Amino acid sequence: MSADTSIASSAGSGAASGPGTSPNGGGVPRGGGAGGIAGRFANWNVAIIAVTLVVMVVASATVDNFGTSQNFGFLVLDLLPIALVALPMTLVIVTGEIDLSVASTLGLSSAVMGSLWNSNQPIETIIPVCLLLGAVLGAINGFFITVLGLPSLAVTIGTLALYRGLAFVVLGDGAVADFPAVYTDWVTGNLAGTSIPNVLLVIVALAVVFGIVLHATPVGRAVFAVGASEQAARFAGVRPGRLKFWLYVVSGAVAGLAGVLWTLRYSSARADNGAGLELAVVAAVLLGGVSIFGGKGALPGVLAGVLLLASLQNALRLSDVSNEALNVVTGVLLIVSVLAPNLANAVRGSVQRRRHRTTTNPL
Amino acid sequence: MTAAPTRARDTTPAAAAAPSGSASGRSSLDLVLRARELGIVLALAALVAVTAISNPRFLSGQSIRDILLGTAILAVLAVGQAVVVITRNIDLSVGSVLGLSAFAVGTLLQNNPGLPVVVALLIGAAIGGVCGGANGVLVRYGNVPALVVTLGTLYVVRGITYFWAGGQQINADELPQGFLDFGNATLLGIPYLVLIALLVLVVTGLVLRNYRVGRELYAMGSSPQAATLAGISVGRRTIGAFAVSGALAGLAGVLFAARFGTIDAAAGTGYELNVVAAVVVGGVAVFGGSGSVWGAALGALLLTTIGSSLAVLEINQFWQQAIVGGLILLAIGADRLVAARVAASLKRRHGREGGSHVS
Repeated sequence: MSADTSIASSAGSGAASGPGTSPNGGGVPRGGGAGGIAGRFANWNVAIIAVTLVVMVVASATVDNFGTSQNFGFLVLDLLPIALVALPMTLVIVTGEIDLSVASTLGLSSAVMGSLWNSNQPIETIIPVCLLLGAVLGAINGFFITVLGLPSLAVTIGTLALYRGLAFVVLGDGAVADFPAVYTDWVTGNLAGTSIPNVLLVIVALAVVFGIVLHATPVGRAVFAVGASEQAARFAGVRPGRLKFWLYVVSGAVAGLAGVLWTLRYSSARADNGAGLELAVVAAVLLGGVSIFGGKGALPGVLAGVLLLASLQNALRLSDVSNEALNVVTGVLLIVSVLAPNLANAVRGSVQRRRHRTTTNPL
Repeated sequence: MTAAPTRARDTTPAAAAAPSGSASGRSSLDLVLRARELGIVLALAALVAVTAISNPRFLSGQSIRDILLGTAILAVLAVGQAVVVITRNIDLSVGSVLGLSAFAVGTLLQNNPGLPVVVALLIGAAIGGVCGGANGVLVRYGNVPALVVTLGTLYVVRGITYFWAGGQQINADELPQGFLDFGNATLLGIPYLVLIALLVLVVTGLVLRNYRVGRELYAMGSSPQAATLAGISVGRRTIGAFAVSGALAGLAGVLFAARFGTIDAAAGTGYELNVVAAVVVGGVAVFGGSGSVWGAALGALLLTTIGSSLAVLEINQFWQQAIVGGLILLAIGADRLVAARVAASLKRRHGREGGSHVS
């Protein structure tokens, strides 16, 4: 146990939560520090969900048309790509890595979809091809990151440019439309007789799958373990490289699916579809309480983060605030979301340090 | 390969193949670094040769001038980015800062046509410096990764510019003639913009190489913990590095305004990708602690030349972004390979000397 602790603490900020400690796994206080951290993240999850609810209630009360069922449909369609891509992104960031190429994967998937549709392929083969393409693009990221051992930030900035460039090479700057109405109507439509959008099913289904995997399976525990301390995880029998590789494959496949749904939603395949989406996804995930240093996070918080971001954008847009103002809001939220836990930590840390100093530091 | 003077003990084939010879670890490292910059130069030469053979007009005065002007702006940004990346940080907000500075200086010149160009340059750099300083403060005191902070300020600064500009555009005929002349004028055949970029490059390069503050930035990038223990004020240097990056992005904004004469709120959108690409391709490791601004500037030259070559070779312009992405992957892959080889060669030499360091 003591060796375990020393390895974990050499991993810097991931130190406080031990390997395999799922942060939402109950606020069982195991000694001062660990209990505090677990409590803090439970608090963050609760806080972000509460803030989201408050924003939605206030927006419903003050912004015309926000609370209507029609707007609810738009809201779900708007957050669809962010929510989908945020699910695997959460796992990737919890392992301490990042995937900035997701929006470009979405764009390339959309471009290939358009190009295949132009060459008269049946949509039933195009959609699986696009998902497979996403998986392959993710595997390329995974190969560079885990097999060659390159930093994920640099690799996915590279593939961000590469995949987007290939999307333009495939489709140019034109658009392909006229996808079958059965599919486009399903994506934009509601469940029969209700005002619940069909795509909400997709989001909920995937969210449940990812939630179970992250919080209730050995894979999820391995994800947290790798993020807390890769070395310790390896000693515990986890193979970090293989785990990360498959996470990137899943991330790519989900981005490919998001590309298909995006294309069907607007009935328009374009190479620049989803450009810049990676920033919103990273913002939503960090807003949801996932630590950029890895090892900490929970899916309920992330879903709340996605909803918060989308609600704010939707409400501002309904209030005729320009898209550019949305940029400022997104940016400020992103900064605040990473700053707030650290500031709280700094305050707590300074208290603890002061207590610590009196006992250990002879100077 | 020149026959390096080999030591008597270097008789194994492996040792003979490695051109480390009698070199110390440091100079073999120097050789590798120089080889990396040499690689860019060779790639550049090959690119220029192929393009020029296919279309000799590629080497016309106008074409070269365009490439140099484009490089000047990108290189100023890349030099600033290199300073930040060397400290193991990253600044993704540079494109937005360029846009804000370009629009601010453009508006200022619109209202004060008599403003000297030097003052415009200084104001642009000051605006950028404030933005960069804010990044640095957030990174330093928030204890937050630079990636996230500058991703946030990328949005925020661009949003502010849009707020301010509100869709309006500053056209060349609204800018004072003296400022536009500055964008086109040359000294001994070299455009002013290029001279400014060279000045920035040389000064930053010398400071990083020869002065204590520069070496401290490398030390921070190599090991922040060790740098702290060595008494380097890491926090202040971090803020300083971001301020320099921001100031140079602001300066680049003024150069952008002078070169194009037309400025809207979208100026410089997406530049961060090219700047990071130039720096990474130029051999500055994203893990900090190594690389030089010379390499970054060469990277900027290479990327700009690729853009012009594609046009001349009549290759679909859409390939450009894909090539940039491929180059980033290639460059960090090569970087890894070089690092592994250096490590292996150091290990080998260490093994041969069997722990007794008699040399």
